[in-house]
Amino acid sequence: MNAPALALALPAPGPATRAVERVDALFDAAFGQRLNPMRHLGALGFLFFWICCASGIWIYVGFDTSATGARESLAAMDRNEWPLGAFARALHRYSADALVAVTVLHLARELSRRHYAGFRRFTWLTGLVVLVAMFAAGIGGYWLPWDQLAQWSLTATTEWFDALPVFDGVLTRNVIAGDQVSDRFFSLLIFLHIGLPLAMLGALWAHVQRVSPARTHPPKALAWCSAATLAALALAKPISLMPPADLGFLPARIPLDWFYLFPHPAMAWLGPDGLWLALAAFLLTLAALPYASRVPRAPAARVSLDNCNGCARCFADCPYDAVVMVPRTDARPHPRQAQVDSALCAGCGICTGACPSSTPFRRDETLTTGIDMPSSPIGALRESLESRTAALAGAPRVVVFGCRWGAPARGLEDRSTAAIEFLCAAMAPPSFVEYALRAGADGVLVAGCREGDCEFRTGTAIVAERLAAARKPALRASVPPARVRFVHAGRTDLAALRAQLEDFRAALARLGPRAADHPSLPKRQEKHHG
Amino acid sequence: MNRALAWGLQVVLYGAFAATLGWFSTSPAFEPLPPGHALIRVSLKHAGQRKVACRTRSPEELAKLAPNMRAAEDCPRERAPVLVKVELDGKSVADIVAIPSGLSRDGASVAYRRIPVLAGTHRIRVALADDIAGTFDRVREEEMRLDPGRVLVVDFEPGKGGIVLR
Repeated sequence: MNAPALALALPAPGPATRAVERVDALFDAAFGQRLNPMRHLGALGFLFFWICCASGIWIYVGFDTSATGARESLAAMDRNEWPLGAFARALHRYSADALVAVTVLHLARELSRRHYAGFRRFTWLTGLVVLVAMFAAGIGGYWLPWDQLAQWSLTATTEWFDALPVFDGVLTRNVIAGDQVSDRFFSLLIFLHIGLPLAMLGALWAHVQRVSPARTHPPKALAWCSAATLAALALAKPISLMPPADLGFLPARIPLDWFYLFPHPAMAWLGPDGLWLALAAFLLTLAALPYASRVPRAPAARVSLDNCNGCARCFADCPYDAVVMVPRTDARPHPRQAQVDSALCAGCGICTGACPSSTPFRRDETLTTGIDMPSSPIGALRESLESRTAALAGAPRVVVFGCRWGAPARGLEDRSTAAIEFLCAAMAPPSFVEYALRAGADGVLVAGCREGDCEFRTGTAIVAERLAAARKPALRASVPPARVRFVHAGRTDLAALRAQLEDFRAALARLGPRAADHPSLPKRQEKHHG
Repeated sequence: MNRALAWGLQVVLYGAFAATLGWFSTSPAFEPLPPGHALIRVSLKHAGQRKVACRTRSPEELAKLAPNMRAAEDCPRERAPVLVKVELDGKSVADIVAIPSGLSRDGASVAYRRIPVLAGTHRIRVALADDIAGTFDRVREEEMRLDPGRVLVVDFEPGKGGIVLR
């Protein structure tokens, strides 16, 4: 029997996907797949946000909150507390800039992978709120030193907002009418620079609500090296203050922080109305993406109460919190049962791989599991595995468990290699590996996406843990480890996967064929109901 | 890739990240004004006169009103727009019509205009009208030297003699 057809075919990798994978390959070569910063952009954003907050609190301790004293207090910090004062100010600036850099890359990366529709819509939209809050908080920070850069940025911002009918010229008067801005107005600016980052933190909290577990901490090595890079930069290039603000003067050249202040030059080119239109078009386009485009997604998982004992492994493994445990609704003697929120379900099948009822060793003629994927039922996958393994010839005989989102494993098939494609590598229960070996395979190659790059966030990590017996359901200790290999291969990595297969095949050839007396498959029986 | 090469590449990539942050955090510098230019900012907030003058109500009219509504004068709320003209060396550089704010157009008119000008000595003339007839009865004319980067604010402060050049 052929492998079950997947309900939705994936589009071929486009130029954006290929470009992302090429960049990833460069970073993989340097950092290794696990520490590749391109796969931890969101977590790095959190790290830079916290560094920015910590350095900001440090600066605030010595900051004079009056318009007339603000700049001098920072200058005194630079003079008297060197290197700590100047270092903190530079670290504050560069961590904020780094936050923009990784956030924009994170956005571009998720956009290129079409991670915005369906179950990701909430995360995408809250990400846009984070984006707006980040720039608002950051731009406001440039006003507080109240030097000529602050004066120019604040004036440009008020000019921009004054283009809105609701303000109509009033805001700019706060900056240019009179000899100096009032302390009361300046206090408002300080409040904004504290309040907006808090609002951003709230948006970040919402942003990670639909992912489980949220990856808000980069790997330690990456975190330390990134922080050290910022620290080195802060020591090497401290931040200079411009002369004190002077409402009667504009400097000829302003050393602009382009990460945050690019809207000001953009307004000089587009005009205030043009900049509003450009911003509205940008945000509306991004906000409309989840509604305007269809992204292929397998139908949501379905629970079979007859086969669900409420063990909650699917609940623990679901990367999108789509599975919840609720009180039992049937007469079976278990307190809980799994329930799927189809709106949140990614259709990855990780829950199926987690379900103990997915074991192919069950004797039922038709394998039905506790939580299954309608587009790729576990029973059909077992039948496909059996027929394909039985048809293998030559030696060594290898079964490849591939991921629909990774390298196309079906491209490896030949007379001694069978490929079974799952919705996600983590959909394959470890018992399938043992089953394939007992069905006659000499080895099983499990191919997930590139490490840390799982389409469904945690799939590859879950597979690795299950095969290493560090997570339930685990691969049984009786399975010879040398006959199982787990590899990472992205969508464009078929050649690399083929090389991995050849290497595995050579290792299997050295081991020799599986013992002829290995346990055979259990005998099937019709399922009796009632 | 061997380990040393990978470490080297890491150093290069971290360095490139730091260099990108360091460079774009201050560079390239932006010129807020074209070289050799000064800036005139017209910024004022002033309530124009009422479009229709207040009228004293007759005793008969007052008698028809509810006791709590018997104001001696009937004052229609709408105000005239404030008109501002700015001329530089005899040439008009701004001709502003500032509409009163508020749904009933009874609030202050607010105007803001940004006018870059070549630095140098200029004769600047500002005229303001705030009545319904558009009478430019407040005028200030002055010869001023505007150095490059100088920001001249044109404001209207009745308590300081009307049109202010600051």
